[in-house]
Amino acid sequence: MTTVSSADHTRRDFLYVATGAVGAVGAAAVLVPLISQMNPDASTIAAGAPIQVDLSPIADGQIIKVFWRSKPVFIFHRTKHDIELAQKVDVNSLPDPVPDSERVQKGHEQWLVVIGICTHLGCIPLPHQGEFDGWFCPCHGSQYDSAGRIRKGPAPKNLYLPPYKFVSDTKIQIG
Amino acid sequence: MSGHSTYQPKSGAMKWLERRLPIASLVHSSFVAYPTPRNLNYWWTFGGILSFMLGVQIVTGVVLAMHYTPHVDLAFKSVEGIMRDVNYGWLLRYLHANGAAMFFLAVYIHIFRGMYYGSYKEPREVLWILGVIIYLLMMATGFMGYVLPWGQMSFWAATVITNLFSAIPLVGDTIVTWLWGGYAVGNPTLNRFYSLHYLLPFVIAGVVVLHVWALHVAGQNNPAGIEPKTDKDTVPFTPYATVKDAFFVACFCVLFAWFVFYIPNYLGHADNYIPANPAQTPAEIVPEWYYLPFYAILRSIPNKLLGVTALFSSILILAFLPWLDTSKVRSARYRPLYRQFFWLFVISAIGLGYLGSKPPEGIYVILSRILTLYYFAYFIIVLPLLGFFEKTKPLPHSIAESVLKEGVPLGASAPSSRAKA
Amino acid sequence: MTRTLSALIVAAALAVPTVAAAQEQQMTPPRQNWSFSGPFGTYDQAQLQRGFKIYKEVCSNCHSMELLSFRNLAEPGGPGFTEAQVKALAAEYKIQDLDDKGQPTERPGRPADHFPSPFPNAAAAAAANGVAPPDMSTLAKARTYTRGFPWFIFDIFTQYQEQGPDYIVAILNGYKNPPKDFSLPAGGHYNEYFPGHNIAMPQPLQDGQVTFDDGAPNSLHEEAKDVAAFLMWASEPHLVQRKRIGFQVMIFLIVLSGLLYFTKKKVWKAVELHPEKLEQKA
Repeated sequence: MTTVSSADHTRRDFLYVATGAVGAVGAAAVLVPLISQMNPDASTIAAGAPIQVDLSPIADGQIIKVFWRSKPVFIFHRTKHDIELAQKVDVNSLPDPVPDSERVQKGHEQWLVVIGICTHLGCIPLPHQGEFDGWFCPCHGSQYDSAGRIRKGPAPKNLYLPPYKFVSDTKIQIG
Repeated sequence: MSGHSTYQPKSGAMKWLERRLPIASLVHSSFVAYPTPRNLNYWWTFGGILSFMLGVQIVTGVVLAMHYTPHVDLAFKSVEGIMRDVNYGWLLRYLHANGAAMFFLAVYIHIFRGMYYGSYKEPREVLWILGVIIYLLMMATGFMGYVLPWGQMSFWAATVITNLFSAIPLVGDTIVTWLWGGYAVGNPTLNRFYSLHYLLPFVIAGVVVLHVWALHVAGQNNPAGIEPKTDKDTVPFTPYATVKDAFFVACFCVLFAWFVFYIPNYLGHADNYIPANPAQTPAEIVPEWYYLPFYAILRSIPNKLLGVTALFSSILILAFLPWLDTSKVRSARYRPLYRQFFWLFVISAIGLGYLGSKPPEGIYVILSRILTLYYFAYFIIVLPLLGFFEKTKPLPHSIAESVLKEGVPLGASAPSSRAKA
Repeated sequence: MTRTLSALIVAAALAVPTVAAAQEQQMTPPRQNWSFSGPFGTYDQAQLQRGFKIYKEVCSNCHSMELLSFRNLAEPGGPGFTEAQVKALAAEYKIQDLDDKGQPTERPGRPADHFPSPFPNAAAAAAANGVAPPDMSTLAKARTYTRGFPWFIFDIFTQYQEQGPDYIVAILNGYKNPPKDFSLPAGGHYNEYFPGHNIAMPQPLQDGQVTFDDGAPNSLHEEAKDVAAFLMWASEPHLVQRKRIGFQVMIFLIVLSGLLYFTKKKVWKAVELHPEKLEQKA
């Protein structure tokens, strides 16, 4: 090795650092497409557009299942009895305390629209089963009431509400 | 892998690891302290470029496999889905498709470099044969990858190439049916090609490890073709070879990026954007450019069995090169006659490539035959005889000496000046 | 070696007549000016919109374009229709679907739907047209013409990648009366640029056939160019993004290569005897 002056040293060090830094930027830039490609592709996103559901054929007390963004959505046409049960409960005694009025839209109390995925580990709960006039999840025994709220079992949260609005009294748009 | 194991673990953790798994000292001795001849020119960076390209192909390939569907009804659509809908899918696919071409370009330069400087000679025969095995595996992988998009060329390339095996007497047809998994190229064929296309790159990576191992046992050859004698003749791999390789990998990437971003379909074939149609053969069936010389050899012989034999022999003969070349002198720098025959060989290989893309008629057939003849004569006649008749130039006493002398008279003919072209 | 080389050159010269003879069969399509050629090429939105109109009014009567969806028309780098326009456009189409009871039904299209095909399958398309009209999704990349030596080498440097659209323009303009000595099979049409000259498709576009909303000239040549540009976009929807990223990558790689070059020089300078310096000069 030949000896180098200190001035030479700093210039050389700068060159090494600059080269290393530019190389690192390049390596990071390469990661962008490699990571991004695993996100939903354009066709998947397009297929996740809002859907419209006609409510008129759903009988009193009936629960139907529709799919939005590959997820099951329960639409529950609640009877007066179901609504009363849901409203009667002492909200503060619930694991995830939410009043029934926040689970449905005003003026459309007979319609409960929830994402049909158990908030425990993602199974689909069975409708009209369990002790609370709602759903029972066969995987680990979580039980939901007629407002889709968790009442018993390991699930931490109420069934999630999808974004939806009433296009008319008998038609909703989910998404 | 090499003698110079000067690695001393510094931290406690590294000392702990060293006693249990000396991986750090293995890396150190193989890729840091490993002595590399100081006179290597830029043609020697293609080993590094090839490792880089193998990495690029495996990474982009694994990613593409996440979006590809190996089914005759869906393969073309899923590839187009990658091109249109997957985030950066077009980039990943173009990288992979053009990456294969760049991989082959680099491997051809690497092979020609080995031939020019006699890198296959004693004690590097096993190293060379491992290289030929890698090349064969690359050809198989590249071919099966080309089938996956299930376009017209994919389908008919699969048909034509698998039909090569029907030339085998007695069992040929049975073998072809077995390869297809049906009575024609179809869904089973596509599925098995996909499976093997995913498998083979890792086999290649394994053989590359053996290739590098053999390289580090024998040591690198060099433009002078003489063994390093003292420490003066070598420099440590890191930083000298590392930074030089890195520089040329970056230069190579400029070329690679030119193809990927500006002319991504230049090396492909338009017909492969037509979905496979088993009822209609395209007007012209041409393989990817990197197989063209062998395709020309196949077509230059009018007999089916002989043609196929010539095709496979033209590749396998490379494995026998260490014994076909009888000269004691390695580097073409000191072999004036050999040098001329070598460049003629390069020209004939490129010429065969051009002829392989032309219709097999008229003058093209005649030229293919002449070049095929030279291709084989080079191995079977020229190389064995040259060793006895050629008057070689005097070899330098050491690499250090060759480096000092070279600058003036010999440098002009050294290919390093062409490295950047 | 010189002698052998000259022999090769002579041989190559002999080969030229054969090449010329082969090219006589297919006339070389004239090169067109494309906004999307070259390293900074982009699609001309107005042109793509005009091309789409031609596709919609003319081509789509026989040709499918099944890999494209309505939503593609609003995606960046494309014809630049708005989301609302695409929604309205999609709703004009009838899409085959199943109703709640599993019965086949037709509903208005949505942006996520693929363009419906004019025929239910390839066999039906062939039965109606004699030959199945090719799908248009990748047509501009699936068509080309022989460039020959040495142009195919120049193309690497000039980035000529527009053989497909050039060919399409040539075909659309190439309908002529057959020469007297040419026997045209029944159901065929004579086209100068079609290999073999016998094309199954009757002349699809005429002068002034499609009226453009933007008042652009609608001679046959202009129409052909517009629809060819549209088909190029349909085949390569990310071309603009590709070229833009490509330029950034090029700049980056050249900077990195330059830095590595100087780093390499610095590193090697420290070696006694400066052997690399000598190699560089060589």
